[in-house]
Parts: sequence; C-alpha cells; structure tokens
Amino acid sequence: MENDRLLDIRDLHVVFDVFGGTLKVLDGVDFTVRSGEKVGLVGETGCGKTTTMKAVLRVLPMPPARVTGGEILFKGRDILQMTSRELGQVRGEGMAMIFQDPTAALNPVFTIGKQLEAAVKYSASGDKRLSGKEIRQRAVEALKEVALPDPERLLKNYPFQLSGGMRQRVCIAMAVAGDRELIIADEPGTSLDVSIQDQILRLLRRLAEEINTSVILITHTLGVVREIADRVYVMYAGNMVEMAPTKELFSRPLHPYTVGLMAAVPKLTGGGIADGIPGRIPDYLNPPVGCRFHPRCERAMPVCRTDKPRFVKVSEDHEVACFLYSQEEEGT
Amino acid sequence: MGFASFLGRRAVHSVFVLLGLSILIFIIARIMPGDPARMAVGARAPQWVVDNLREQMHLNDPLYVQYVYWLRDAMRGDFGISLVTRRPVADDIREFFPATLELALFAGIINGAGGIILGAVSAWQKDKWVDNVVRIVSYLGVVTPSFVFAILFLLLFGMALDWMPTMGRLSADISKPPLITGLLTVDSLLAGDFRAFFDALWHLILPGVALALGGMSQEARITRSTMSDNLTKDYIAAERSLGIPGSVIMRSFLLKPSLIPTVSILGLDFAATLGNAFLVELIFVWPGLSRYGINAMLRKDLNAISAVILVLGVVFIITNIAVDIVVARLDPRIQLGAGRSE
Repeated sequence: MENDRLLDIRDLHVVFDVFGGTLKVLDGVDFTVRSGEKVGLVGETGCGKTTTMKAVLRVLPMPPARVTGGEILFKGRDILQMTSRELGQVRGEGMAMIFQDPTAALNPVFTIGKQLEAAVKYSASGDKRLSGKEIRQRAVEALKEVALPDPERLLKNYPFQLSGGMRQRVCIAMAVAGDRELIIADEPGTSLDVSIQDQILRLLRRLAEEINTSVILITHTLGVVREIADRVYVMYAGNMVEMAPTKELFSRPLHPYTVGLMAAVPKLTGGGIADGIPGRIPDYLNPPVGCRFHPRCERAMPVCRTDKPRFVKVSEDHEVACFLYSQEEEGT
Repeated sequence: MGFASFLGRRAVHSVFVLLGLSILIFIIARIMPGDPARMAVGARAPQWVVDNLREQMHLNDPLYVQYVYWLRDAMRGDFGISLVTRRPVADDIREFFPATLELALFAGIINGAGGIILGAVSAWQKDKWVDNVVRIVSYLGVVTPSFVFAILFLLLFGMALDWMPTMGRLSADISKPPLITGLLTVDSLLAGDFRAFFDALWHLILPGVALALGGMSQEARITRSTMSDNLTKDYIAAERSLGIPGSVIMRSFLLKPSLIPTVSILGLDFAATLGNAFLVELIFVWPGLSRYGINAMLRKDLNAISAVILVLGVVFIITNIAVDIVVARLDPRIQLGAGRSE
C-alpha cells in the first residue's frame, strides 16, 4: 500500500508573503496518488488547488510563496529537498502539468515545434541521445494523439496562429508526449467556450483510459470528475476536507461542504437554480480558527471554532475531516 | 507582408519625414537672430562685403525661394560652404561623420551587450547580492552624465595610470589606413593593417565606454524588469514543469520574448549618441560630427547646422527601420509594417 504511492503529500503548509501580512493558504494538505490512478481534486475557485499542484512541481513563485512545513514525496523522495538537478530529472521523467489557460502556457514567440520538441527532449523516453529526427517524430505523434490535423505543418506555426481549442490540445500534447508517470491537468478548457471545453474533456477522458499514467484532474465541476476520476479529494480553503472513491462520494457525501457542493449542481429535474453554499472563501490573512469551514457551516459545533479536524477513516478509503464524524467514531 | 514591400514603404515614408525635417531646420536656422553674413565675415569687415555676401547667399530673397535654392543644392550633396571652416560642408561631414559613427557604434555594442548580459544575470539572480549590486550600480549609471565618466576616465586611465590614449582616433606614429568607409577600425581591417586596427580600437575604448555607460545601465534595468516579469509567466512555469533545465529556459525560451523593450531603447540611444556625444568628443579631442555640429550652432554656421541635423535625421530613420526589423524577428506576432494581429 505504501509502496504503490506515486505522489504523497503530507501536511503541506504554504504561505504567501504579501504587503500587509502573510496569507496562510495551504494549511496542512494531505494528498496521495497511486500509480495508474486518476484522481480528482475539486473545490471552489481560490481554495488552493492550483497552489498545491504548483508546489508539487516546485513552480510556485518564491517569493512571495514560502513552504513552511510538510513534505511532498514523489516515489518516496521529498521533492522539496531536491537539488535543481534532481528536480529537473524528476520533472522530466516524472510529471507534467496542463495549465489552466493554454494561451498563457505557451511561449508566444516560439513555434509549436520548438516547444513540443523541448518537451520530448527532456522527458523520460527522450533520454538525451534521441536524434533530432526521432524527437520530431515523437512530437508529430503527440499531436496526432490529441487529434490535431496536419501535425507537420502545425509544428511550424506560432501559438497565436492557432485557435484556443487547438492551443489547449497542444498543451495536452506537450504533457503526454514524453510518457511521463503523472499528469496534472489544471481545469483544462475552462477558458474556452463550452462546446470546445466539452471536446477537450472527451479527449482527456479518452487519453486517461488509453494511457496508464496517473492523472490528477483539478476542477470545480463535479460532473467532469465523475466521468474521469477513480477517487476524489474535496478541498476547502487550503485543507482537504473529504476523500472517497468517486461513486462513494457522489452517493454518500459526508462533509457539510461536500454536501453543499453537490446541492449546488443544477439539476435537470429540479425546479430553478440551486442555492449554493452561503458565504465565501475566507480571508487567508486571518483565516478562521479551528475548522476553516465553520463560519459557513450549518452544522457547526463549539469544537469547530477551536480545534482543527483531522482526516478520519469512516470506511475503507473514505476519509473526512469533520468533527461530526470523528465524534461518532469516538462514541463507538 | 513581404520584406521588400516593407522596406519600400518605409523608404517612401522616410522621404516625407526628411522633407518635413528639412523645412523645419531650414526655417529654424533662418529665424535665429543675428545676420549670418555679418558673422561669417567678422565684425570689422566693411558693410559692402556683408551686402555682397548676403546677395551671394540669397539671403535677400523670400524664405521659400531660399528654401528651394537650399533644397536643390542639398539634393546634389551640396550644403554650401561652412562659414567657419571655409570648406564645403559636405566635405566636413564626410570627414567628421565617420568618426562619430564609429564611436557611436562602438558605444552601442558595449551598451547592448553589457546591458543585456547584466540585466539577464540580474533577473536570474533576482534579489540575490549580484542583483543588488547591478541595480545600485546601474542606478548610478543612469543618473551620471557621460561627460563625468569621460573626465574620470581621462584623469584615471589617461593621466594617473597613463594606460590609455586620451586624444584623437589614432596614435601619431601610425599611418591612417586608406579611406574606404571612414571607420578606422573597419578600414584598417580591410587593409589588413592589424597594428592600426588595435590602435584605433584602443583609442575608442575610453570615449566609447564613457558614452555607453548611461545607456547600458538603462538597458540593464529594462532587461531585468522585463525578464523578471516574464519569469512569472505561466509558460515559464510550464517549461520548468516539463523538466527543461533552468539554464536552457533562460537562454532558449526567456531571452527572446524579453528583449523587445531593450532593443527599442537601444536603437534610440544609439541614434541619440551621434548628436549628444559633443562633450565626450570635446574631452577626448575626437574629430566628430557632434562637436562639429555644436560649434556650428555656437557660431551660427547655418549651412553646417542644416546639414548636421539632416544627417542625424537620416541616422534616426535608418535606426528606426532596423529596430522594427529586429523587433519583428523577436516577436512573430508583430508583422512588419502592420499592427499586432491576433
């Protein structure tokens, strides 16, 4: 069980030093991915999903960001302790991230070919002795993989000559090009219009089924998670609040925040627009003491205002960080 | 749009710009107070000499007639006789312009290379000690006028240490290479005369560096700020996350998108140096156009003033075209001769 953990984030704390104080953004994040597993990470915008994943890749801008505690183990080695050489190797062989906005994630002044070939060159399969021709061949294959037409010509194009959807596909191609072990997809397609977004998600689902790479899918759309992920983490204000296999989470959500998220999804059968969860993500400068969700929680108890809940197992593979359930357990 | 049609269109634009410039400088030169004919012959010359000269210079004709005369001659490369040197202005320009051009080119190379390297190092080492040193020193560089550097260099390297020549373009015991471009370093290389080449280069260093430091500091600051701005972009994070080594990202992926503001300012700096170098030229006894132009202005040498300004105008135009070409090569989104297209 321990050994098949590809990525294991333990008690990660990240703060941002800003003018006027310190934003305590990640407050003890626990997160694991097994090899071959597709994991969903859901939560409202601004809850720390992207920050967590950028910390994994060590691409958080530092300063202002600072890791104040915890460890990020990739195949048992702590990414936070690595030298830049080791880090480069782990990134190249191990992982890739598909960023939210494909327009920002592509270098505007270089051709698709140059960028894609660099992605191949520094990946695991592309050990540095690949010839230029082989690198090119793999770049073309990667573009075919994401169903882009006329890849040979596309390699000579600049990002601004492509549509948003094509750019997103190129970003995905860069991530899948090198047979990496972990692909982190950060809300792919959210910046595109809905029909294109749908195509992108279908592409991702197809790729996720075809390759046995581990995938972390960050999203705030529960429907997407349901289609792709084996297991889901729910994140709120820098904390993981619930983790369960996808089916279980949808049939038996436990944490009041998860329950609220589910209720916020508009239903075809229900009347009108769903209520959503009242209130907003808290201020990270002075986050609530205890459970960070308690100011918005209908079922908050006195203990929620003073103590921070830890993950407790409620069944095999279903964990929740909420005193409602830990007390239940203590009772039995 | 093709490269040739870009050049063609810019050439046509330039003609109009130059025409406008010529009208402007002609009028400014003519409405300056004082009688150019009187100044040419001196205060003690009899009045009839002045009157004759006025007639000869068409100074009694209406302004537009004077302009047409002037333009006709200027097209033939005839800017008249310099009232100060008593030689054709065209000859003066031919003699002094290459000296300043060589100096400005040398300064421009130091300016660009030094500024980009310092800025890049500074951005890469952001907030480390190297960065702090570069920032403080470049701040000093920006606020210190070039003549202060020139005097300091002259006193230190020229006089106190006696390492470097302090006067002119070539040592007295070296014979001038045959005139081809007028740039002594280039001409001596073309003639295969390496002794003259190194001597000319040696003479360029102090005035060239003095002229370059201000712009170089500015370029370093601009490069640093653009690069450190681009370092926070998603595409750099994406490239890092793919395992591309930092040094490769720096060289192959970060430098190119970050150089556009630097190149634009570098072009302006270079062109401005040609006109602004007079104090440095004065200090290092450099027989340059900038000094010639200032002297002409002080002595109200109209023909020379007009010619110098026109030459500087041409340099600005050519530099701007060159900058546009380089910028379009740096950023494919910028089409030559057109706006940004998305």
